[in-house]
Amino acid sequence: MRQSNIGWLFLTPATLILFVVGFIPFIYILYVGFFDWNTNAVDPTLRWAGLQNYRNLVFDTTFLNSLARTLVFAFFVVVSELLLGYVLARALMADRLWGRQFFRTIHTLPIVVAPIAVGATWRLLCVPGFGIVPYYLKLWFGIDYNISTNAYHAFGTAIIMDLWHWTPFVTLSLMAGLTALPKEPLEQAQIDGGNKLQIFWYVIVPMLKPVLLTTVFIRLMDALRSVDEIWMLTKGGPAEATRFIGLHIWINVFPKTDYGYGAAMSLLTLYVTIVLSWLLFVAMTGRKGGAQ
Amino acid sequence: MRRSGIASFVLWICLTILTLLPVWWMLVVSMRPRVKLYSKSVLIDNLYWDNFLAVLNSSTFLQYLWNSMVVATSNAALVCALGLLAAFGLSRYKISGGDNVFFWLITNRMAPPAVFLLPLFLLFTKWFVFGDFMLFDTKIGLILLYCVFNLPFAIWLLKGMLDGIPLELDEAARVDGATTGQVLSHVILPLARPGLAVTFILTWIFAWNEYLFAATLTSSADARTVTTALAEYVSVTGTNWGEMAAMAFLTTLPALVVLGFVQKHIVTGLTFGALKG
Repeated sequence: MRQSNIGWLFLTPATLILFVVGFIPFIYILYVGFFDWNTNAVDPTLRWAGLQNYRNLVFDTTFLNSLARTLVFAFFVVVSELLLGYVLARALMADRLWGRQFFRTIHTLPIVVAPIAVGATWRLLCVPGFGIVPYYLKLWFGIDYNISTNAYHAFGTAIIMDLWHWTPFVTLSLMAGLTALPKEPLEQAQIDGGNKLQIFWYVIVPMLKPVLLTTVFIRLMDALRSVDEIWMLTKGGPAEATRFIGLHIWINVFPKTDYGYGAAMSLLTLYVTIVLSWLLFVAMTGRKGGAQ
Repeated sequence: MRRSGIASFVLWICLTILTLLPVWWMLVVSMRPRVKLYSKSVLIDNLYWDNFLAVLNSSTFLQYLWNSMVVATSNAALVCALGLLAAFGLSRYKISGGDNVFFWLITNRMAPPAVFLLPLFLLFTKWFVFGDFMLFDTKIGLILLYCVFNLPFAIWLLKGMLDGIPLELDEAARVDGATTGQVLSHVILPLARPGLAVTFILTWIFAWNEYLFAATLTSSADARTVTTALAEYVSVTGTNWGEMAAMAFLTTLPALVVLGFVQKHIVTGLTFGALKG
């Protein structure tokens, strides 16, 4: 490591761009959050509101429900993708599997499909009266599956759609992590007579920690901010069953032009995201010994 | 042993079918004439290309396709170049507060995109106006903008990559009298090439797939991208499922082709610094 300010020279271009398109907008949002501002209101100017937006936010059940719903969604999605992804990664790395390269290619496919196209495709699959999913569920199992009237069905479909789209990403990065693991500790643990579960928990998990952490981070961030897919699938409905926070903010900021309130909502959401990521970071790297 | 091999093979066949089903159904629907749309068969019953032709014959769709291509490629190139420099700085120099800078860079990816829409809209229409030129509704605007989510991702990936390249190689080159620039171009660049390729492809795909920013910050065929075309199409025509499926398929196709190129390297590229452990 060279102790020098030349390092900054290399960081400058990236920092500069992110300052303009990331930091300035952030400061602006911070500023607007203190104002009452709706360009379609009787008085379309900015009026100082102090902390009023934030005060309203704490009692806004639609907002809080939407936030809670998003957290539940993100929790389900991230946990299932991690478990599923790990199992699939191990399965794809098994030497005995015939046609491994083919399966790997197919399994990677959903990653590249645009969220908006994913939403459109799943709509084609699930929309009542047109899609094959409701039709065959009714025909074979007698289940009345309807994403435009049943809140649970819509929510469940949103989760399954996300699993379809993003589990492959988790699989790939876990495969990358598993490939890079040194062999000796594993062999040593086997010699010492550890069973599979012990080896997994005390050897693999600690060594895989950096990769696990990164993967969970990326998936959590994206799950908390997803908008396009769900917009195409259900438009946030029925009622508000799938109106996740990103979509809720978007609806308030754009169609409703409620800028001040939207800014306050955005900030609180961003805050929750950062706190969650931080807690996760501490929980995974901090107390529980291991690599550190 | 033998039996478990067969079991996992069967499992993978099922999984493959599940993975392919949505994409397959999209293809099936796109090849159905209007009268047959409500058929519940999952097979392609005849090769009917009119939906694709209708989409491809509209001059705006091709223009949108071109815009997407330009925006995604330029953005990925920009992000890779800047990301490599930044990762080099973070990985090879002890920068005071380097960890904080790194964390700040990453937080740019965390914000719900809706947060940035309004200020960026104002920024693009009111502040960055030079005479007749404004960033709103230009490809350059989108190229810069996509750095918000792509640059943090690229820096993250590339930093992991560079951390895995032994420092001794740098030192050896320096002892031989190489300048910093030469270290970067003759030592780091060749070794980081696989990682750089994966970064390029992934950021390209993210940029190609982006919708919300493109929908808000562009307004004409000069800069609109394919994803906005698809979304517009759905809201305008409602239930013209056949053409919608054709369009969704055409939107996905370029990304699929691009993925094909890096299939084999993608796992090595995604290590996120795991090598250092």
